[in-house]
Parts: sequence; structure tokens; C-alpha cells
Amino acid sequence: MTSLLECAGISKSYPGVQALADVNLHLHSGEILAVVGENGAGKSTLMKILGGAEVADSGRILLDGKEAAITTVHQAEKHGIVLIHQELNLADHLDVAGNVFLGREPTWGGPLRLIKNSIHPEAEKITRRLGLDCSPRTLVAGLSIGQQQLVEIARALSLQSRILILDEPTSSLTEREADRLFQVMRDLKQTGIGVIYISHRIKEVEEIADRVSVLRDGRNAGELAREEIRHDAIVRLMVGRELKQFFHRHRERRVVPPGTRPALEVRQLRWSEQQREPISFSLYPGEIVGMAGLMGAGRTELAETIFGIRPHVQGEVRVAGRPVSIKHPADAIAAGICLVPEDRRRSGLVLPANVRNNISLPSLDKVSRFRLVLPQWERELAKTMCARLNIRTPGIGQTVGLLSGGNQQKVVLAKWLGRMPRVLILDEPTRGIDVGAKSEIYTLMHQLAHGLALLMISSDLEEILGMSDRVLVMHEGRLAGEIPRPALTEEAIMRLATGGEGS
Amino acid sequence: MKKLLGIVVFLLILYGALLFADPGARSAGNHYNLGERIGLNGILTLGAGLLIITGGLDLSLGSVVGLCATTLAVLLVDENWPPLLAMAAVLILGASIGLFNGLLVTRLGLQPFVVTLCGLFMFRSAARWVAGGKPKGLGTQFVEWKQLLAGSFLGLPIPLLILMFLAGIAILFLHFSVYGRYFYALGSNERAARYSGIATDRYRLMAYVLCSTLGAFFSILLLMKYNTATPSTTGEFYELYAIAGAVLGGCSLRGGEGTVPGILIGTSILVILPNLATMWGVPNELNNFVIGGALLLGAILDEVLRSKGAAGRTGPG
Repeated sequence: MTSLLECAGISKSYPGVQALADVNLHLHSGEILAVVGENGAGKSTLMKILGGAEVADSGRILLDGKEAAITTVHQAEKHGIVLIHQELNLADHLDVAGNVFLGREPTWGGPLRLIKNSIHPEAEKITRRLGLDCSPRTLVAGLSIGQQQLVEIARALSLQSRILILDEPTSSLTEREADRLFQVMRDLKQTGIGVIYISHRIKEVEEIADRVSVLRDGRNAGELAREEIRHDAIVRLMVGRELKQFFHRHRERRVVPPGTRPALEVRQLRWSEQQREPISFSLYPGEIVGMAGLMGAGRTELAETIFGIRPHVQGEVRVAGRPVSIKHPADAIAAGICLVPEDRRRSGLVLPANVRNNISLPSLDKVSRFRLVLPQWERELAKTMCARLNIRTPGIGQTVGLLSGGNQQKVVLAKWLGRMPRVLILDEPTRGIDVGAKSEIYTLMHQLAHGLALLMISSDLEEILGMSDRVLVMHEGRLAGEIPRPALTEEAIMRLATGGEGS
Repeated sequence: MKKLLGIVVFLLILYGALLFADPGARSAGNHYNLGERIGLNGILTLGAGLLIITGGLDLSLGSVVGLCATTLAVLLVDENWPPLLAMAAVLILGASIGLFNGLLVTRLGLQPFVVTLCGLFMFRSAARWVAGGKPKGLGTQFVEWKQLLAGSFLGLPIPLLILMFLAGIAILFLHFSVYGRYFYALGSNERAARYSGIATDRYRLMAYVLCSTLGAFFSILLLMKYNTATPSTTGEFYELYAIAGAVLGGCSLRGGEGTVPGILIGTSILVILPNLATMWGVPNELNNFVIGGALLLGAILDEVLRSKGAAGRTGPG
């Protein structure tokens, strides 16, 4: 087999993050190469570089052994590389043929640029090859996600592409649609096209890949040939790293005395009819429970459902033994459940407002009389919180948008601590903040865990391992398992998170 | 604060120019007229401004004024309703329209622009239908009500006094109460407000009701002042003047920005500017050109200052 594509020493950094460091990758024609890794391992960045959406800081890309410059999507397409994103990029209101040839429509009539009718039979030729059995005149909006994906692939084929990159193609497909897609991939392979396939689903990788390349922390972690591809082998490569000495203050594992009433009980909760099974778990006062899972496993959805942002279709939430009806965040807050949301800038803070107003926003009832805000009380609340959380700001009148990420996150925490919650759900509490602020937030969480129950959703395995008394793992909208502290290892988490069996 | 200072200076310059422009401009009579107009327009602008601060918009406001004024005239003259009852009915009509707009925006998630654009057509048409297409006058009746609502007190125009009173309440509401905080939070970041446990839909609804109710109240004063409601033209374009005044006064159509004093100053500028133009001999036909030009200038200055300020912040040090 000839080497169709070769990446040598690709590096890319963003402000504060080394996304890729000296990564090598090669692909033969007629091969399906799976690229796997944890969230943030650098898979997407690498694929964006190949697809021309990003440019590498250094490194070379060779096509058929010749160096190729790829700086735009258009150039990548000219070289025959097409990247199909997880979120499909189709014009909903155009028909199948219109999408297949979008931007490259054959035209007639000179400057009038009328579109030739031939695009319909042309498109149909390709779609039939992919087994997409609908008229080329069907509007894309009316197709299922699986069919839309085939339209994207048809578009790639119409570009004469030789390298097809699929980023998490099965994440929103039904099992049958996924099987169809695999069949298409196998057919394409027969025609000499090289396919790079990114997935979190190890089972699918086992099924379809000819070779697996694993990335970890932006570096090559290893490769597995067809006969070596097994679930545990992949997981071992994905994880295998030393824990940094960050969580030096390993606290004693709290043993919840038998008969303790749970602070939060989630019973048979379901937010979507598509979930295969409902979710049940309990949190006890004084516990830090980690919640792990890969992106899209449904952790944020679960948090938002408990907090009343999303309506639930089934189930019950109990706080301190009493059932509570939660239809709006206000109900959750009244019951003592607070959420530090994943996206603090969009959901956690009013960025143009100042520190004082942000901290007092959910607690205005406590610093007002006859619905008039008492400035003295409000200032006191804000100052107390700033001191307690060590929020570094020139003053409580400072615009929140101008603070650093870590301090912004502390303001979000301050909002809720003013209300003395029973249950605090933290969704990615330390994402995108510096090491110093991180360790302060960890210390604070340890302090809080003396009275209230904490649920910490995190994609950072070190954080999960370092902080949690026990860990719940989600996989594809269900609770895949629970791991008690003594059995807690990265391998155990990844096994459950990737759909493997619990130990 | 800086924004407020800018428009205060602009207002003072305009006022100074007005005083120098013409002896007639300096007269007590001209001042009385200006005060009365500021009082009337200010009530409407206050409603539009409150709504804009929450991120809403009401294009139907002028038509609501037309419908309410016409309805009031019909109830008083044709139906012989007791004045107090008729006015209460008109206020309820205004509040209901606000509720209607607000429910369409919050419950169905329609765009405020579209909902209230439809209202602009519908309520204007309804006004014409209510009055059978003809202007309705109060004639010489209801003198005591006219004096009470549109006359003068201690030499000051009553509409201006009413505006002062309403502005006082609005300042308390917007700048000192919990509701005001929710209005601003909602306008700046609706999502964060909801995640903070604020019943955002309830407060958005409240803003629409407040806006339309103030519109209905304005229409009562308007009828008492001008004696006649013309279904096809009364209140026409008033929504645009109100929005213009609020924006000139520092409200951002993106929501979350604006103050009551700013709204009052914006209103005053829009009243004084055409008066000054007239004194300078600018033809009447160019009145709206002057208003539009001033608004555009304000917007340009604001943007220039904003980007300069941002550049200063991100610079070294």
C-alpha cells in the first residue's frame, strides 16, 4: 500500500495551551484509520489542520510523498481532503443536489449564471452509490441526520476527494444508521479512499478500524494494528500517564454513616424519550461525588434537568427526603440546589454588570426590604463573599467581564454561597482557569463539603481522581456505573465512559 | 455615567443655542410649551425605555395610543360613560394589549419586532373601526378633566408635573428596587438571569404591560390636551419618537443599558431640537431630518467613543 497522507511533527498552540506537540500520523489509501483520545487530547485540532480550518505552527503534511501547503479549506479540498464535522454543515433549505454541488454549481447562460439541470442526475449518481435512496430534489431539512450525513459524504465524493475525515460521525445516529455508515465506509475503502475516523465509541472502533492511532495530551500515545485492537488496549493508551502532584491534600474518604438521609435523591429521571434508561442516584451531605464521562454523555443535560433548566419527562427529585417539584431554576434554588454552569460567561454571569450586582443577583430577596435593595446590606454581602473566596478585584464595583477566568468562576460560586445551598452541582468548575485559581477552588470545595453535598462534573480525569469520594460515570445518556474511592483508577473510569463493562 | 454626561452637555448646548436664537424662544410661553411637550412625550418614552432595557421593543405603541385615545373619545362622547370609568377602561385596554404582546413574545417565543409590527397595523386599524373612520372631538365638555390633566398648576404644565411624579417612581423602580435589578440582568443576559433563578418570563411580560399601560395613560392626557382623537393619525410614528428618545438617552436596543434620567434628557433633546430648528428658520418640512440627523450623530459618537475606550483598555498598562 502507498502512503496517501503523512503528517510529520505537527505542533499547534493556542494562548496558554499546547494543543498539539510534534504529532505524526500516516494514512494509506484504502484504509480506515481511527484516531482516539480523551476530551482535549488534540484530535479535533489535528483534523482541523488537515481540513484546512486551522494552520499548524510547525510540521509538514505530505500527500503521496510530496509536501503540500494546506492553509484554507478550499486548498484542502483541492488536494482531495474533506473534513466532515460533527455538526453538519448543510443548507437546510436547499435540496440534496443543491447541497452536493453548493458553491461549484455547473452554470449556463454566461453572466446570468443559471444552474444547469444536470446537477440532479449527477448528484443522484453519487447518492445512489452511497445507498441514499431519496430523490436529489428532496429538501435536506426533511432528511434524517443519518441521511444528511450521507449527503455530506456525497458532497465530499463529488469533490473527487481521496481522504475523508469523519469527526464523531455516529454521535447522533441510530444504530441502523451507524451500520449503514460503516457499510459506506467499507465500500469507500474498496475504491482506494483513505478514511480517518474519530470516535469516542471504542466498540465501533473495534468493529471498523484497520488501525488505531491514539493521542494523549496533544502527543502521539501509540498505535495499534488491526490484530491488536481491543478495548482495554485502547483505554490503556488513552490514559497511561502519571498523576501530577496537584491534589496533595488528599482528604480522608468520608464514610457516610448508615442511615444518613441523602441530601439529594434523583429517582428514575429522564429528560428525553431517547434515553435508553432513566437515571437514579443519591448524594449525601459532606460528600464530593465526581461525575465523569465523555463529551456528549449527557452530564450537563442531567445537571440542567435537576436544576430546572430542562423539563424532565419522567422521574422525581428529592431534597433531604422530601420530593420537590422543579419546573424552573427558582424552584431548585428554593429547595437548596444550586448549579455552577459549564459556560460561566454565557450562563453564569452578567458580564457587563459589576461584581456586587452579580453576587447579589440570586439573593436580592435577602438584601432588600419591601422590594427595595438596601445598598449597605448588598455591599456587605459582596464584600464578605469576596473576602471569603479571595476574589481578586480592584473593588466590588468592578465589571465582571474584566476579571480573570478564575476570579469570574469565584464570583459564580459566591452567588450561590450567599444562599447556603444543600446541594451544589459544579459543571466543569475549573475549565479554562489558571492553576492558582484552580487549587483555590479545590480548597474551597473541600471546605464546603463539610455540610453540603457536591456533585462535580468534570472532563479532567486528574481532577475527578483527586477530588472525588466516589465517581459516577455516564455513557450515552445513562449512568454506566459507580466507582468507589478504593477502586478509582483512570482505567476504570475510561472503561465505563467508553461503553465497556464495569469491573 | 460618562454617557449621561455627554447628553447632558448636548442638551445644555441646545438649550443655550435656543436662548440665543430668538427673543421668542426666551419667552415664558415658549418654555411652557416646551415643558408641556416634554411632559407628554416623556411619559411615552419612559414606557418604551423600560421595555428596551429588558431587551424588548414595542412598535405598536403609537397605534395603541391612537386606539386608546379614540376609544376614550367614543366612550365619553358617544357612549356617555362616566369619565373615571372610561379612563379606567382605556388603561385596562392598554394593559391587555401589553399582556397580549408580552405573552406572544414569552410564551410563543416570537420576535418582539414582528409581534409589535403586527400590532402597529392591527391597533391602528382597530382605532379607525371603533370611531367609524371619523375624528372624535370632546367639544366643550369635560372642562374640569381637561384642566386637571392637561392644564397648569402653579404656572407649570400639569403633564410635566405628572412626568416628574412618574419619573420619581420609575427611578425608585429601576434603580433602587429588586425589579429594576431583574430588568437589567434580563436585558444584559437573559440566560444568566434564568440560571440565577429569576422568573425571566414574568419580568419580560411586566415590561410589556408597563409600556402599553403608559401608552394608554399618555393617550388620555393627549385627548384632554388636544380635544380631538383622529383615528388614522393620532399617535402615528409616536413609537418611533419614543424609541428615538430612549436610544438618544442611552438605552441600547441590545438591552441592559439605560437610565431614567437619560430617558428624560433624551426626550428633552427631541423636543428642544425641532423648536431650535424652527427658530433658526429651518423649514418645517426638515423637522424629522433634524431629529434623525441628531440621533445618527449620537449613535456615531457613541460608537467612536466606545471603540476608543475599548482600545484604551486593551492597550499596554
